[in-house]
Amino acid sequence: MRNYLRALGAVIWKDLAAEMRSRELLSAMLVFALLVLFIFNFALELNVKDRLSVTSGVLWVTFVFAGTIGLNRSLAIEKDRGCLDGLLLAPVDRTAIYFGKAVANFLFIMVVAAIVLPVYSILYNTNLFAQPGLLLVIVLGAEGYVAVGTLLAAMAVQTRTRDMLLPILLFPVVLPVLVAAVKASSGYLQGLPMAEIQPWINLLLVYDVVFTAISFMVFEYVVEE
Amino acid sequence: MKNGISSWPKALIAVDVLALLGLAFASYMVFVYAPIEAVMGPVQKVFYFHVATGWVGMLGFGAAVVAGIAYLITRKTIWDLVGLGAIEIGLVFMLINIATGSIWARPIWNTWWTWDPRLTTATIMELVYAAYLMLRGGVEDPEKRARFGAIYAIIGFISVPLTFFSIRIYRTIHPLVIGGNDPTADGSFAMTPAMSTTFMVSLIVFTVVYISLLWHRIRLGQLGERVERLRIQHSA
Repeated sequence: MRNYLRALGAVIWKDLAAEMRSRELLSAMLVFALLVLFIFNFALELNVKDRLSVTSGVLWVTFVFAGTIGLNRSLAIEKDRGCLDGLLLAPVDRTAIYFGKAVANFLFIMVVAAIVLPVYSILYNTNLFAQPGLLLVIVLGAEGYVAVGTLLAAMAVQTRTRDMLLPILLFPVVLPVLVAAVKASSGYLQGLPMAEIQPWINLLLVYDVVFTAISFMVFEYVVEE
Repeated sequence: MKNGISSWPKALIAVDVLALLGLAFASYMVFVYAPIEAVMGPVQKVFYFHVATGWVGMLGFGAAVVAGIAYLITRKTIWDLVGLGAIEIGLVFMLINIATGSIWARPIWNTWWTWDPRLTTATIMELVYAAYLMLRGGVEDPEKRARFGAIYAIIGFISVPLTFFSIRIYRTIHPLVIGGNDPTADGSFAMTPAMSTTFMVSLIVFTVVYISLLWHRIRLGQLGERVERLRIQHSA
């Protein structure tokens, strides 16, 4: 178990260190996320009246699109520079590699959220941090998204059509997360009673547990040579 | 002939004949034997094949998961052929299911489409399995293609019920004719004995059609593999 945790930590540390030095992944995700926000502003005419009902949708589409860029890049650099083969040669449990990549991707999405939320709050003069529940939903939603996204990205980068393929594989499968996260977020933002938000939180929890477990079980089949 | 896969097996011919006769018989029952529903009129007859094709779609997607798991455990290519064939059949029949549903919904719900859990789930299934085919198209190595296909079939199938529940938390208007009587559903009806007989016949007939198609698809795959082997032998 200690060896497993050490391998897990090493993979996370490798990803974070590489990102600290190159900053290519996070900067691309962030600029992209902000661009999506701007596009939404003009596409949806985000005036005060409509904003309340669409804020959570705008936020989640932003996270999901930016997340796809991040996932693709995070696994593509492993594949392109032969790093994946090196990682696979290491005498550690391969699921440690999966969890390491997943945790790193999760942290990247958290960084994006940590910048998008205040920017959105300033641009639209609302305080998204007033509801701590929203932050919980973002954590739960991002976990489910990253759990299945990391697995599918590991598969997509090994195909011929990889850049196109990831969103096509990921979006239909991750739909329950998106539905539940959007509903729960907008429930918190509109100050609905907890009884109306609870089913969505439960669904997010179920998805997170089920898909983390499934990805854990099948990851070895994705990377075997 | 060699391998026993070149000649058309007698049992398969029997299934084919049974499927064809069954389809003719089921059509007769739907159009002539089954009574016309009092409120909805003739359009209700869509129901018999609508549910039967949906059933075949689910059979296909279900079989693909079993085949996927079996492939990952045994690594026999036959399971890959079963999975691919089942998904191809499932895709076509689920599309028929959605189209017939739309035809019925237009007069009954006064719209071709609504974002109801069942409609949305059926469509997301089509998208999941279309993605499955695209994934396979992007992988050249047959072993890797089979492996990725198996994994994605499993992931897709598990996400589908969650999609259903996620949308079910909203209200549904789709009628539950079998096992459940939701008075708020639009277009519900009670089946007379003649209707339920027709319905059961349709279900059984479409199951036979499914078996026949899947069997043909597996044979096609096996013959394709054999052609590939012969080509390699001869070019060497």
